[in-house]
Amino acid sequence: MSDNEWTAVRLSLWVSSIATLVSLPFGILIAHLLARGRFWGRSVLNGLVHLPLILPPVVTGFLLLIVFGRRGVLGEFLDEYLGLVLSFRWTGAALACGIMGFPLMVRSMRLSIEAIDIKLEEAAGTLGANPFWVFVTVTLPLMLPGIIAGMILSFAKAMGEFGATITFVSNIPGETQTLSAAIYTFTQVPGGDAGAMRLTLVAIGISFAALMASEFLAHLLGRKAHPQ
Amino acid sequence: MTLVFETRQVLGRFTLNAGFASDNGVTALFGRSGSGKTSLLRVIAGLSRPDEGRLVVDGEVLLDTRERIFVPKNRRRFGYVFQDGRLFPHLSVRRNLNYGSWFAQKATPRSNFDRVVDLLGIEALLDCRPETLSGGEKQRVAIGRALLSSPRMLLMDEPLAALDDERKAEILPYLERLRDEVAMPIVYVSHSVAEVVRLADRVVMLKDGQVHAAGTPDDVFGGSSSFSSGERRDAGAVLTGIAETIDFRHRMATIRLSKASIVVPMAAAITEGHTVRVHIPERDVMVATQRPEGLSAQNILEGVIAAIEPDGESMVRIRIRIGGDVVLARITAVSAERLALALEKPVFAVIKTAALEG
Repeated sequence: MSDNEWTAVRLSLWVSSIATLVSLPFGILIAHLLARGRFWGRSVLNGLVHLPLILPPVVTGFLLLIVFGRRGVLGEFLDEYLGLVLSFRWTGAALACGIMGFPLMVRSMRLSIEAIDIKLEEAAGTLGANPFWVFVTVTLPLMLPGIIAGMILSFAKAMGEFGATITFVSNIPGETQTLSAAIYTFTQVPGGDAGAMRLTLVAIGISFAALMASEFLAHLLGRKAHPQ
Repeated sequence: MTLVFETRQVLGRFTLNAGFASDNGVTALFGRSGSGKTSLLRVIAGLSRPDEGRLVVDGEVLLDTRERIFVPKNRRRFGYVFQDGRLFPHLSVRRNLNYGSWFAQKATPRSNFDRVVDLLGIEALLDCRPETLSGGEKQRVAIGRALLSSPRMLLMDEPLAALDDERKAEILPYLERLRDEVAMPIVYVSHSVAEVVRLADRVVMLKDGQVHAAGTPDDVFGGSSSFSSGERRDAGAVLTGIAETIDFRHRMATIRLSKASIVVPMAAAITEGHTVRVHIPERDVMVATQRPEGLSAQNILEGVIAAIEPDGESMVRIRIRIGGDVVLARITAVSAERLALALEKPVFAVIKTAALEG
């Protein structure tokens, strides 16, 4: 494999990891709000979170460009006050990947929160734990399988993300050219089939490893919950 | 420890409108399912907010809707034992037990932990995970967990209701030890006369969300007005005696009363020399003017008639004094007439032993 190809693989792994980790706290917060919150506009929030799942990725990418581009509402603000530039940078790729994976992450976490017996949280309250500690000591550990599943789904989605990323941050080798974009690029040039095939094998390997990791973690957690 | 409580709350079909005062010892909230017992307990614990209510414990106001005082559940320091245990599935038994101490104001001394573990007989379970425990073991751990959160009072919501008779018998002695050795004030919700009679010092009887009767177990269960016709089978006398001998082969125990002794089946573990209470349902007592012979009933107690009270049109309630104890019998007015029952007449109270089970 060439240096360019390795760079694309490394970049993909890096972008996907950052996207997953940064969206994790937001995912837990939103999932908790959606599962337990009783507030006006809950269904609107639910719709917004799920939007990237339904919209064509290119549309999501274009919206990101409008909002987070150099002259976008938020983009300008972030650049000026935090020095954070998103458009045509790997950070933008991470944002696009994170947003595309967000509905999957929230969905799996929300399901795991809804599966928690609320009576256990009640019991923790009578034992002296305030709502924050109830969340940390009871809710969070019990939703751990959902958190892990959500992270793996989000990571897998990020690895495969193409449309939104390429629309928002283009396809710059070494900066925003992820695995998928690199494969696409290979298919656009004559004689690129071999390179595309090499990267495809890498993609298969990474996906398979992620799947095995998730199965293994699920097995570990399952054994912890049901020791027999 | 004094607890004064009143509440008013609309609960679907009826309005819960009840109040009671509690002191040291065990106060039982007794009533059929749906009478509002659990709702009362939940308001006390701070698990639900009533429309109106006031709760004062030892002068500290924990709830006053008029003054807009609502101390949240985690700061009320009540140990709540739920009917379904509610152990944390992700924590070992030891960590479940210690959970409350993480949040307690002052650290729980190590000796306290050992004492509770010993009291409840859960030493061997400490490193188990909750789902490997039997129903009775889970409930014992749940009681220990509540005790170790250094509560001012235990609130127990039908802690035995989900268990079969054998498991109940396994736990009841621990509850008695809790009452007698730890001297922890307890509010105990139950629909079982047997449990209430065995454990409670005071009974508050609830019916459709209202307090129907309150007093000692004997007052409440012996009183003629406490029960509607549908609940007749629970009415009867409550006698206190000392377990004299125990026949393990037949699983029977002899209880020494003030004058006579009675034999009861050992549904629950009884220890020799301990004080026990026996509930004798009035409809399971027959009255004889001569000592009957060739009868399967093992308890034939000699006494005199202390009172004859009409109960409805065709029934009478006979109070039979046996030494210092009074046994109630509910028989038809026709029988009473046929036997020519009258005050101070010597009679025999015949109690079907099987009726004293559980």
